[in-house]
Amino acid sequence: MQAKGKIIWISGPAVKADGMSSAQMYETVEVGKDKIVGEIIRLTGDTAFIQVYESTSGLTPGEPVVGTGTPLSVTLGPGMMGTIYDGLQRPLDKIAAKAGTFITRGIHVAPIPKKKWNFIPEVKVGDTVHAGSILGTVKETALIDHKILVPPTEPSGKITEIVKEGSYDKDHVIAIVERKGNKSELNMHHDWPVRQARPFTQRYDPNIPLVTGQRVLDTFFPITKGGTGAIPGGFGTGKTVTLHQVASWSDASVVFHIGCGERGNEMTEVLIKFPELKDPRTGKSLMERTVLVANTSNMPVAAREASIYTGITMAEYYRDMGYDTVLVADSTSRWAEALRELSGRLEEMPAEEGYPSYLASRLAEFYERAGRVKCLGSPDRNGSVTVIGAVSPPGGDFTEPVSTHTMRCIKTFWALDTKLAYSRHYPSINWMTSYSGYSEDIDKWWVDNVDADRPKLRLETYTILQREDVLKEIVRLLGPEALPDEEKLILDVARMIKEGFLQQMAFDKVDRYCSPEKQVKMMRLYTDFYKESQKALKNGITLETIRSLPVVSQIIRSKYEIPDEELSKMDVLSKTMFTSFNELSNKEVAAVVDTK
Amino acid sequence: MSTQNRSSGLEYTNISEIKGPLLVINGVTNSAFDELVEITTPAGAKRLGRVLEIGGGTAVVQVFEGTTGLSVSETKTRFLGKTMEIPVSDQLLGRVFDGLGRPIDGLPDPVGEKFLDINGESINPERRDFPEDFIQTGVSSIDGLNTLVRGQKLPIFSGAGLPHNLLAAQIARQATVPGKGEEFAVVFAAIGVQNSEAAFFRKSLEESGALKRSILYINLADDPAIERIITPRVALTAAEYLAFEKNTHVLVIISDMTNYAEALREISAAREEVPGRKGYPGYLYTDLATIYERAGKIKGSNGSLTQIPILSMPSDDITHPIPDLTGYITEGQIVLGRDLHRKEIYPPVSILSCLSRLMKEGVGEGKTRNDHQNVSSQLYSAYSRALELRALAEIVGKAGLAKNDIKYLEFGDLFESKFLKQGFDENRTLEDTLGIAWNLFSTLPVDELTKVKQDEIDSYLKVTK
Repeated sequence: MQAKGKIIWISGPAVKADGMSSAQMYETVEVGKDKIVGEIIRLTGDTAFIQVYESTSGLTPGEPVVGTGTPLSVTLGPGMMGTIYDGLQRPLDKIAAKAGTFITRGIHVAPIPKKKWNFIPEVKVGDTVHAGSILGTVKETALIDHKILVPPTEPSGKITEIVKEGSYDKDHVIAIVERKGNKSELNMHHDWPVRQARPFTQRYDPNIPLVTGQRVLDTFFPITKGGTGAIPGGFGTGKTVTLHQVASWSDASVVFHIGCGERGNEMTEVLIKFPELKDPRTGKSLMERTVLVANTSNMPVAAREASIYTGITMAEYYRDMGYDTVLVADSTSRWAEALRELSGRLEEMPAEEGYPSYLASRLAEFYERAGRVKCLGSPDRNGSVTVIGAVSPPGGDFTEPVSTHTMRCIKTFWALDTKLAYSRHYPSINWMTSYSGYSEDIDKWWVDNVDADRPKLRLETYTILQREDVLKEIVRLLGPEALPDEEKLILDVARMIKEGFLQQMAFDKVDRYCSPEKQVKMMRLYTDFYKESQKALKNGITLETIRSLPVVSQIIRSKYEIPDEELSKMDVLSKTMFTSFNELSNKEVAAVVDTK
Repeated sequence: MSTQNRSSGLEYTNISEIKGPLLVINGVTNSAFDELVEITTPAGAKRLGRVLEIGGGTAVVQVFEGTTGLSVSETKTRFLGKTMEIPVSDQLLGRVFDGLGRPIDGLPDPVGEKFLDINGESINPERRDFPEDFIQTGVSSIDGLNTLVRGQKLPIFSGAGLPHNLLAAQIARQATVPGKGEEFAVVFAAIGVQNSEAAFFRKSLEESGALKRSILYINLADDPAIERIITPRVALTAAEYLAFEKNTHVLVIISDMTNYAEALREISAAREEVPGRKGYPGYLYTDLATIYERAGKIKGSNGSLTQIPILSMPSDDITHPIPDLTGYITEGQIVLGRDLHRKEIYPPVSILSCLSRLMKEGVGEGKTRNDHQNVSSQLYSAYSRALELRALAEIVGKAGLAKNDIKYLEFGDLFESKFLKQGFDENRTLEDTLGIAWNLFSTLPVDELTKVKQDEIDSYLKVTK
């Protein structure tokens, strides 16, 4: 029965209404004369607590509240790709078309367009289909073939009718499925409640890396397809830039970018930049595979809470078609703050720092929706949702509740470091405090697909960095001149690695994406340089001489001077390096001969 | 009954409680959330307030001018049936108002072309235009390293006693977009500032002739604290009108946001809300965002709204909730440092903790100069190395350092004295700024310049041996 009640109390985004005894938890309701959207978050007697997704300014007690009978849901169907949505899946361009520059209240727009798509059936009459089976395909964008799925809630049945290839809009019945005399008509879209994970057949182990083209991530702190990662950092440490890099260059098929309580201009930047940026693998515009969910910091706070669920439900839908999707949520701390604000308005007992006690379980639920899975229905296909959440810890302090709870839910941790950012070391990911739980799982992929030496090279490179970290302590007390040349060499090579390998310029045309092959070649170059230098030192060549080799700055510059298309130049550079060391030792011999 | 005149004129005298800045009124029917309320004191004076919470016949009203002198029995309240609005028009330029937007320059109330709600509405991100026009402030540490662009919000994080007002006034005076010749209109919102500071600003604008294209909203330190919630919103409403409807480039300077946050905390405490960090309300981030996010450029308008909020960091602590949350919303920050100030370097911009997130969009070939971004990276990298070595040299002495390291040490000193330091009236062009940078680079070995590209070295580095 539809609940019909009246507003009795208003405070910010929280509203109480009475006469709501037939309402359900998490049911969406229409609040007030403007029919603004709200969701029931607590029921006491016949009083409902409602979080309202738009501004409540001007709302009056006594205005009506009407239940819709359904939980907060998104509409899934073709036409989502390339769209920028708000937290409630309303396309922002449609809102602008109706309301102009500013977002006004109570605007209702359809989440997906009613345009005609060319539908190509993939099943025929008499075929048995199951929940999640593919009925056919429409070309959604140049990069995405949108599979039309049997909704996961439909039981198995036989196709009794299927349309021929042709143009149909989203509401056109394209197939009729019959089971035990029951017929159901299927069209190209279905709704799904955002707070409920979409089902799949089976979960796989994460052992395929998500290649991001970012050296420090791929090489040292990888994330897998279907994995979970968090990137915490104080302001100005480059969270957003790093996430943009991952969204732009990772080898996922579909990217969901959730701007959750962040800056308006950042979403605009994505909107303007992505259509111009080309996907390195397909050469097509990145926007052809991207969906944005923008609920900026000044947009209503309750919709911010909903936005990450809206985003992940859409990501799961594309996963169910068999795509590898990446979802970046920037920032989960703002989402947690939205929870805190609503919890405060409900006068719930706070846990740490005013956050509600269910913060940890909500975070865990969200990250558990990531995974690489075997999708429901036929034909057999695999898809994945990789979730990367930004965390904005107050004062850059990783011991605050959102960071600590997040760390328990994720496996890859990219710790951003304010000090590195201050010295403009970008991406400012600290190589000592970051970690990845996937490193061993994906070694096999690298060995099989890129280079058998990769695990060894990675270890050697990382060892240099680790030794430098220890030596730094000594330098801090005694100064660098107190060290023997062998150890000074480690400092030198570590500095080269930091500058030439770990640092990567997001805005440089060449350096912004580094292929796995180049990453391995670069590591080999640095480790070879280290070994050659060690030999040279043993042969009595001074560190000064090694430092002044012109090849040193060539090695550092190789990151942006050698593009991925000309990787043979890396081998040439490697030869040059060996030659210069050879010349050094020859000179040394000549000098020794001279003095005799 | 239509929304407009819903409760217009309804009077209530049934006040049950007065606590801090809040007034609790019983028996209220038909009042709306956020509605404006006119309060008549027992002495007959009129004050303004707004509804913070409504339900069960009880309205909680926040009184902007404070509750001093109000009584439970003799105070009258009238619900005005609208949210707080101000009249806007071109005529606001050149005027001085109090923190609620009432004239204090002795001239009559401005005639409004229309009335706008001071809370504004959020700009649809889809309709935003990306800020990318370089603003030359004439200050090297900003132009060269943390470039400001039109439509950006770039706060100055300062501390008590640091010359943030001087710097803000210098920017207000000197800001231009090179080659365009369009002048900025300046909207200045003073929130709880001292009399002398407000006077300094006014004088500075007057002397440069900028006063006639400025609007001043002044809430002084001895004005009611609760008014401070309104001041930035009133100022930004006027600024938005000029920027987006009158195609003007507007520079909004808000000083001091710390006072704003204090006022917000006061109200929150009076409402007995669950506090977040340091007693500030849990919604401080969202609330600050509703102010800062009103900067920007929008499609279809030639104007822009650039914000320079100033905030003083309590005990110079950048991790304090106010600077911390601000930094998460704004597009970078200019941080002033006490160490540099002690060395008498003006402006004491502590560049390592500064950032301009929109810089990369505003600089480079065709906008400023092709080497701008790389020069900036090189300066940063060299100066941060210099500071590291300076700390090291204090322990091990210069003797413990390598030859190159000593060059870096010297570079650090030169950077501070030649690049950072400049006069309050010194207006450097970008060419000047980059020229100084290349002069500094010539003191370092060429091999060390790994952040700039070879062709940039070839065209700009003058080798001085």
